[in-house]
Amino acid sequence: MLAPILPGMIEFRIHGRGGQGSVAAAYLLAAAAFEAGFLCQAFPAFGAERRGAPVTAFVRIDAVPIHLRSQVQAPDYLIVQDETLLIDPTLTRGLKSGGAMLVNSARDSAEIARTFGCRAMAVPATAMAMDTIGKPIPNTALLAAFIGLTGILPLEALATALKGRFGGDILDRNLALIETAAKSVPAGAWAIAPQKETADA
Amino acid sequence: MREALEGSQAIARAVALCKPDVVSAYPITPQTHIVENLSKLVAEGDLHTEFVSVESEFSAASVVLGAAAAGARAYTATASQGVLLMAEVLFNIAGMRIPLVMTVANRAVSAPLSIWNDHGDSMAVRDSGWIQLHAADNQEAVDTTIQAFRIAQDTELPVMVCMDGFILTHTMEVIDMPDAAAIDAFLPPFAFSRQLDPGDPKTLGTLVSPDFFAEIRHSHHSAMVQALSVITDTDSAWHDAFGRSCGGLLTVEGDETARVGIVAMGSTVGTLRTGMAHSAAEAGPARLIKLRAFRPFPTDALRKAVAGLDHLIVIDRAISPGLGGILGTEIAAVLADVPDAPRIHNHALGLGGRDIPETIYADLMAAIKDPDAPAFSVFDVDLNKLAPEDR
Amino acid sequence: MQDEQRLAELRQKFGRQPAAPGEAQTPVTPREAQPRFRGLESGHRACQGCGEALAARLVMESAGPDVMVANATGCLEVFTTPWPQSAWRVPWIHSLFENAPAVASGMEAAMKAKGRNTKVLAFGGDGGTYDIGFQALSGMLERYHNILYVCYDNEAYMNTGIQRSSSTPHAATTTTSPAGKERMGKRHLKKDLLSIIAAHHIPYAASASVAYPQDLQRKVRYAMGIEGPTFLVVHSPCPLGWRHGSALTIEVARRAVDCGLFPIVELERGALSNVMPIRQPRPVSDYLQLQGRFSHLMKPDDPRAAEERDHLQALADYNIEVFGLGGDGRDPADTAAQSYVGRGGPAAAGRN
Repeated sequence: MLAPILPGMIEFRIHGRGGQGSVAAAYLLAAAAFEAGFLCQAFPAFGAERRGAPVTAFVRIDAVPIHLRSQVQAPDYLIVQDETLLIDPTLTRGLKSGGAMLVNSARDSAEIARTFGCRAMAVPATAMAMDTIGKPIPNTALLAAFIGLTGILPLEALATALKGRFGGDILDRNLALIETAAKSVPAGAWAIAPQKETADA
Repeated sequence: MREALEGSQAIARAVALCKPDVVSAYPITPQTHIVENLSKLVAEGDLHTEFVSVESEFSAASVVLGAAAAGARAYTATASQGVLLMAEVLFNIAGMRIPLVMTVANRAVSAPLSIWNDHGDSMAVRDSGWIQLHAADNQEAVDTTIQAFRIAQDTELPVMVCMDGFILTHTMEVIDMPDAAAIDAFLPPFAFSRQLDPGDPKTLGTLVSPDFFAEIRHSHHSAMVQALSVITDTDSAWHDAFGRSCGGLLTVEGDETARVGIVAMGSTVGTLRTGMAHSAAEAGPARLIKLRAFRPFPTDALRKAVAGLDHLIVIDRAISPGLGGILGTEIAAVLADVPDAPRIHNHALGLGGRDIPETIYADLMAAIKDPDAPAFSVFDVDLNKLAPEDR
Repeated sequence: MQDEQRLAELRQKFGRQPAAPGEAQTPVTPREAQPRFRGLESGHRACQGCGEALAARLVMESAGPDVMVANATGCLEVFTTPWPQSAWRVPWIHSLFENAPAVASGMEAAMKAKGRNTKVLAFGGDGGTYDIGFQALSGMLERYHNILYVCYDNEAYMNTGIQRSSSTPHAATTTTSPAGKERMGKRHLKKDLLSIIAAHHIPYAASASVAYPQDLQRKVRYAMGIEGPTFLVVHSPCPLGWRHGSALTIEVARRAVDCGLFPIVELERGALSNVMPIRQPRPVSDYLQLQGRFSHLMKPDDPRAAEERDHLQALADYNIEVFGLGGDGRDPADTAAQSYVGRGGPAAAGRN
């Protein structure tokens, strides 16, 4: 397999509410990155979590070992699992200029982009999830959409990560869901320009 | 095999691979995932151990004491309040020289109540007679845990493996899990020379008069000092077997010509390393010392590591109210008679889980330039949050 | 500050304006319109459907304002006191997990020393009562302190993420007693705490359930009036830990009582003095099937599942027999627990 190409470490912040699998999303994204040959780090904003309360999780992906242990202060990407969190104007604090947010919503992407002053894409992930897996858990659809937008990982990596966590019918449905979700967004709209290549690329 | 694992999950698997006969624990955040993962392995038949769910940490420590005394390899894990509740038992275990391994998922100590990381818990029992090793990342936590079982048996001293609660326990990262056969080759079967055995009855834990007490304490202290080489040798053997090292007693990295050193334990090291890599050019170079062994204290190794430095920044993730930093005070003590020892800048940082940002390296390096800087400070305190009389 | 501005915006959009100083707040909910003492105020951080929050509110309403509370570590303590906020309108202290009864003993001794009669309450979950705080509880009861101890029993260490306690029922799944190939949930029985409390021969001990709030409140008022140690254990379902819908808390609690697994009894000086008879007994499976923590017992083709269901049914049947929950023809004087009261009373209607 080709050595992975990344323009340096990529940092994410994932926002959701307890019970929606926001922390699971972070671990899944990290696991998918690992399957793609990257190194990763994923953790929740630690604390008591309860259903309905806002939850934040962080992910770092890099081609070299990650030593930094602080919370992600300047994310490259935000993934927002619950659109009711958009009421908070500080949601995008620290987002790097040029960064982007992916939102689980049926709202208009351009409107969200205007409100927060950054690139934004809205994806109706809950509806997709209800259709395919019958549960309102948007995380796998959102991750697949993110992969479709950035091309940062092969979708296959997410599929492998899912196979490590699920089995049977629920796995099959999730695999179908990520295919649908990845195709539902303009491919490569957020493509990251590779800036470095490894020796054996 | 390399896998993306949550720290706690990796620790549970490492412990399972060491085939403990008895595991006993009481749930406390942030150790819970370790114990839950072990329970799952037992429920699925992947780990055969006597799993004793107890009614308090005091009992958890007592159960593993009894198990090891009776000749079983035993393990427990706790944090914070649990360390304090079992404190009496910890002194008892070490004083009886019973080999045990315990994970401490470092967490601040109440009051105020906090579930977040600092070293207040393990520091509170630093005189208990346990070996205390700190892990800077989850790979070290896994490797040190397995090494701990061997160190405990070789020294007949109990070993506390300290890993930062949440920051390591609840973080997923890529970890190389050793395979079962390699661990079986590395770890001898459990044996305790003074175990309770009807075939060779011994009496443990007796009353000792002033005629013998000093001798027993001396021999314990002596064993702890000798453990320094056991810790180093075990890590070397680990390197031979697995191709990687945890750094023995301590490691030194960074610019060899730097006149400033920074010493820290645990996950803070990684953040300092990153800060140093990104801002040493503007903020100045430093020698970064990762301290792994806190007890026994690696006096000689530390003196060597700081030779030639003008300044030494010591990071404490704990505080002794009324004194200041704990690691800072101990380092000052071991350097007291050393000629040309560096000036010590002792800072408590990240108490109660306060996030330590990447910029901390630059901030620490700037702070030493102030000639009036106090010997000790809580570096990241925000005095504006306090009434004037509390500052 | 940015936070305050944001909070004000949120209140503007979703809440209502606070009353002007001196102006009475117009009640908008039925709860607000009733003159109850809100010792535990709303706005705390409990999960949707939390049985413990409900139980604590009911206890505080009946306890009234002249109390002080020592609270053990646990869900109740954590969700009511996220610093700098507190949901308590009474004096309240949290020390450690294992010492609430001892701390309460000290508070009570101080009241005695100062000649004051503010009642001391001690609160703990099942973890803090059955397990880690057990020693301190026994000491408090033995020394005959004038304290009402309330145990909020959600049958596991919920605050730390659903680990088993000695109160966890037999065969329930928790994270430290998971079901798997080798295990069918918790191997051991639910500790018979009331029998141990009975052995202390205190003036009054009782069990209660959030499904029967008037009964619970009557018991609190009764205990408040006793000069001496009193003990209440309140069955408090946890939707997250028991894995049921958050709207089903009361239903789940009712079925626990109605199948006999959680008997509602009263003990005075260690002797059984009253029970709540089960009007319409149900099989335990009616109770089990509502909860994910027992889902491994509902597998139709698993002989182990059938065996464990039989165990639980046997435990329920045993409770019904030993406590006389089937009713014996005598009608309890207090009709609060009855689900039906006919004209002329139950006897006249031909019911027992």
